[in-house]
Amino acid sequence: MANLNVKIHNLEFRNPVTVASGTFGFGEEMSEFFDLNRLGGIFVKGLTVKNREGNDYPRMAETPSGMLNSVGLQNKGIDYFIEKIYPNIKHLDTHIIANVNGGTIEEYVEVTEKLNDLEKVTAIELNISCPNVKQGGMSFGISCPSAIAVTDAVRKAYKKTLIVKLSPNVTDIAEMAQAVEGAGADSVSLINTLLGMAINAETRKPVLSTVTGGLSGPAIKPVALRMVWKVYKAVKIPIFGIGGIMNATDAIEFILAGSTAIQVGTANFIDPLVSLKIIDGIEEYLHRHNIATVAELVGALEV
Amino acid sequence: MTKVIADHIVINKFSPVEGHYFIKLQSPVEIPTINPGNFAEILVDSTPEVFLRRPFSILDVHYKKKWISFYVKAIGQGSKRLGDLNKGDKVNLIYPLGNSYGIPVNAKKVLIVMGGSGIAPFILLAKELMKKNVKVVFLLGGRSSKEILLTSEFSKYGEVLMMTEDGSLGEKGLVTEHSLFKGTFDFDLVYTCGPEPMMKAVAEIAVKRGTACQASLENMMACGFGICLCCVTPTHEGNKRVCYEGPVFDVNYLKWQT
Repeated sequence: MANLNVKIHNLEFRNPVTVASGTFGFGEEMSEFFDLNRLGGIFVKGLTVKNREGNDYPRMAETPSGMLNSVGLQNKGIDYFIEKIYPNIKHLDTHIIANVNGGTIEEYVEVTEKLNDLEKVTAIELNISCPNVKQGGMSFGISCPSAIAVTDAVRKAYKKTLIVKLSPNVTDIAEMAQAVEGAGADSVSLINTLLGMAINAETRKPVLSTVTGGLSGPAIKPVALRMVWKVYKAVKIPIFGIGGIMNATDAIEFILAGSTAIQVGTANFIDPLVSLKIIDGIEEYLHRHNIATVAELVGALEV
Repeated sequence: MTKVIADHIVINKFSPVEGHYFIKLQSPVEIPTINPGNFAEILVDSTPEVFLRRPFSILDVHYKKKWISFYVKAIGQGSKRLGDLNKGDKVNLIYPLGNSYGIPVNAKKVLIVMGGSGIAPFILLAKELMKKNVKVVFLLGGRSSKEILLTSEFSKYGEVLMMTEDGSLGEKGLVTEHSLFKGTFDFDLVYTCGPEPMMKAVAEIAVKRGTACQASLENMMACGFGICLCCVTPTHEGNKRVCYEGPVFDVNYLKWQT
């Protein structure tokens, strides 16, 4: 058997396949489809200090080989998560990684502090790249000084593994990665969605209630691969590669570009079992190429 | 609830009118209990143009013969391609999804108001109502007689009334203008499915008459099983997922979007 284990900071993952925040809920609905313990980890839906109803409907537009969304971080708040959701998922034998959001640095810190004591939440993903909220979110992730400020503040408040999720809506994502690495991030995940929009020509109206939204799916894969490759060459911390991964071949490509692990996002909407197929496919690839461990492939792109 | 995710084979396709299809699919596995109002997510062909699955109400099911059927009205790219399927073609299905229409224990007589493609969930509901000896009146509305489908099927389970905008079948006008609403209104419950403005108008009549009303919504979905949060509808208890807390809602709970 090929060895699928990977290490992110001081955490061992049984395989490099995790699921992206906002594409898997808190795992409860997906446990109706398969045994979640097969996953490397679960990045749960984005959390904020207080309940958020999110943006108005319509929040979704199907686009060529992808989709736009503008959900706007609908969630019931960190306290609800701790009291009502965490007890239902803490039995899971996989990494539960909380996705942390805020409108201000203080809010990011407040959510983070409450997560410190949850034993089964082994890491947090600091989301400074959500394009669908008016306040905070991506505004922190598109300039180095603000990205450093929020990462530094959260780093001081959090004892365990800190992953920072980067926005692709920047001039130089490698510079952003270096900035958060310098501020204490243990890992980076990239890319979040790319800003985009859809128009209904007949009605002359935008499809989304928010006019613009975040583009995901295979349409963004080439962009994401390039960004992962650039960041891999610029930082020492491990990378979670994200962006239109639909199958094991896509996952291998992200690993070759420098991802230690990957996140499956939009593909979950089309095939709830896709992550299992990706895990099996990676194993099959390793056998076929006679490679003992998946870790050997990280950044193994031959140029 | 057990869910099926499997490739199904088209065993029958029938098109009574251009652009309208009844498609029957063979399941490779035992079909779990389907409740009236449940839907399936159909992966049409996973091309760049039709990237996501499409949700469709389950029309009918045969547990022994292991088939499941759908009514498809060709509107967008996805439904058009579904309509183009032929006998022997394969499509991937996930079901049963969503909640279902409820039947109160004391219900004696109910009204079902349908518009356009809103006929889909009501064959299964009619069967359940018959088992419980509930009297049913079906009111079907459409632009013209071409859009009034399944009437002979519905007539097996109760009285069928029709309403068309051009008067080509039944009374002329919108369903909510039907003479039925002018007389004594002795229904214990109103069920509705169809375009949202129609359902909203039906709900208003029901509320005015002091009758309970359940509506099935049809918002755009990315996943259909509760994880993307794209299909939400505003309710008096915040935004709810049409695919998970719905698609059937008590109308008193809804804040209509139209």
